[in-house]
Amino acid sequence: MNKPDMKVVIAGVEFKNPVIAASGTFGFGREYDRFYDISALGGISVKGLTSEPREGNASPRIAETPSGMLNSVGLQNPGIDAFLAGELPELRKKNVVILANAAGRTIEEYAAMTARLSAADVDMVELNISCPNVKQGGVAFGSLPESVFDVVSAARKTCAKPLMVKLSPNTADITKTAQAAERAGADAVSLINTLTGMAVDLEKRRPLLANVTGGLSGPAVKPVALRMVYQAATAVKIPVVGMGGIMTARDALEFMVCGARAVMVGTANIADPMACPKIIAGMENYCREHAISDINTLVGTLQV
Amino acid sequence: MEKSIQARVVSNRAIARGIYEMELECGQALDVTPGQFLHIAVPGDGSRILRRPISICRAQGSGITLLYQVVGEGTHRFSCAVSGDMLDCLGPLGNGFSVGAQVKRAAALGGGIGTAPLYQLMAANPQVEFDLFAGSRSGDLLYYMEEFAQVAHTHWYTDDGSAGEKGFAAQGLAQALQAGGYDAVYACGPMPMVRALAQVMKAHPQTPCQVSLEERMGCGVGACLVCTCKIKQGDAWHHKRVCADGPVFPISEVMLDE
Ligand SMILES: Cc1cc2nc3c(=O)[nH]c(=O)nc-3n(C[C@H](O)[C@H](O)[C@H](O)COP(=O)(O)OP(=O)(O)OC[C@H]3O[C@@H](n4cnc5c(N)ncnc54)[C@H](O)[C@@H]3O)c2cc1C
Ligand SMILES: Cc1cc2nc3c(=O)[nH]c(=O)nc-3n(C[C@H](O)[C@H](O)[C@H](O)COP(=O)(O)O)c2cc1C
Ligand code: FES
Repeated sequence: MNKPDMKVVIAGVEFKNPVIAASGTFGFGREYDRFYDISALGGISVKGLTSEPREGNASPRIAETPSGMLNSVGLQNPGIDAFLAGELPELRKKNVVILANAAGRTIEEYAAMTARLSAADVDMVELNISCPNVKQGGVAFGSLPESVFDVVSAARKTCAKPLMVKLSPNTADITKTAQAAERAGADAVSLINTLTGMAVDLEKRRPLLANVTGGLSGPAVKPVALRMVYQAATAVKIPVVGMGGIMTARDALEFMVCGARAVMVGTANIADPMACPKIIAGMENYCREHAISDINTLVGTLQV
Repeated sequence: MEKSIQARVVSNRAIARGIYEMELECGQALDVTPGQFLHIAVPGDGSRILRRPISICRAQGSGITLLYQVVGEGTHRFSCAVSGDMLDCLGPLGNGFSVGAQVKRAAALGGGIGTAPLYQLMAANPQVEFDLFAGSRSGDLLYYMEEFAQVAHTHWYTDDGSAGEKGFAAQGLAQALQAGGYDAVYACGPMPMVRALAQVMKAHPQTPCQVSLEERMGCGVGACLVCTCKIKQGDAWHHKRVCADGPVFPISEVMLDE
């Protein structure tokens, strides 16, 4: 059988395959480009950017948990200026869709970030309203439908590029926050960001993370992520990009069957630098073996 | 392109209480700088998704020797590996120790399992005359005493005096530094030792001192930013990645606040 068609289109942006490196686990691509040509990816969502450089939280910032991990990086990043001047021109040399992941402390800051980023040579802006590791902003905006609506509305007004909104699982009803983003003008939603969690050292009676709490990711969150992607995909008309614990091609395809038009892969990169190309190859193989000529035909085909 | 290494376990045996020596055959010669580490996937059921960083103790062609202490599930699973098992390793990773051409005589300070990477440092630099000051809590935790004696003048310490001299290796180093004559100091060990060393080196600001730091890691290759330590730059400080900017840093730049 011929090579299956792996191309997907989200908010008018064409991805050569549905696998996108998830924000915060892939830097700006340089490190993984030493392992494989990152042009193999559908897209890259860069490390979460803020208006000023940030040093992030104190260490330890990572703790292993059964089939998962907690992180409390706290949006360490070089700031938007250094991104635009240093990282973006390098990344642009690659044949890959670039999503600029952006966070702010206030609605005004979010709007200013989307204005500047969408004026730059990025393909999409991914609004991060779901970081659990910062004191101001982040998940504070992503938990309630009303605040999701407000921040996305403001960002929409200044965003000249397709706008993807990254939703938090730390919310009562994911369909409500997904719909709020859609009403406010989002072109797509991505989910899930990490689930707030904790790990403790019993002997020392201390938290394992200096920040006390962190964000849970990896295989442990996959069932929650699948459920939320499924619910969100049935609640909105805009495309849904799914993530949370994707380690293998089968995991990725499960998300697509549940309604995701594309997937993001985060923690798997940390476990294995070759995770993304392996997942892409595995998805292609699956399509071949199941005589699927176009991967888009899998999307939302879950029979319930 | 960099690739992960599928390394074959050649031998794996206890050499002190809870401390193991593992010999690996990597299938290709590795270009190792002393102080670099391998980032090793935990074998088993896949429930431990993070790799474990272990320093290279000895590198000879395609053979690598690691010394590790069993402290948790990951190192426990390493200790269960038998000859013929395969381990998925990334590396050699990180920036190791640098030994300048002017270094003729140097001191090395090791604490606990942290003394292990100093072996490769000293073995790979036979032109340098090394004094090793190494300590552990007790005598049953000391290892490689004969091997180290081949590459350095060794001075062993234990907290309880059950072997070597009673006391801290850093104190031994402090005394030796008074006598003078070292062109450089190299160190690896637990945080209390690193703090003591930082104090000691304040009295010898003209002697360059490099220390290998430990921090919990994710990717090991510089992308995820979970492994940072505080490094001084002029009047400011920045969070630098232990995996990619370190693990070895000049101790004068390391900020050791609680
Ligand atoms: C650059 C570097 C070199 C090292 N070299 C050696 C060596 O040569 N020999 C040796 O015995 N140990 C070495 N260590 C420490 C070793 O990585 C940890 O002891 C090991 O990861 C513990 O894993 P575990 O599953 O047994 O313990 P757990 O406590 O169950 O591990 C849980 C998590 O915490 C991490 N972790 C726990 N303790 C440490 C620690 N001290 N440093 C970093 N991460 C930790 C683990 O990697 C894992 O992600 C080194 C650490 C670093 C950073
Ligand atoms: C170390 C680390 C850093 C992260 N940083 C960001 C970030 O800067 N912005 C963001 O939107 N998500 C961030 N995330 C969340 C991931 O992009 C992803 O949503 C989450 O980890 C779930 O997917 P996974 O299980 O495949 O990792 C981070 C995750 C990890 C593990
Ligand atoms: S462990 Fe990922 S940056 Fe150091």
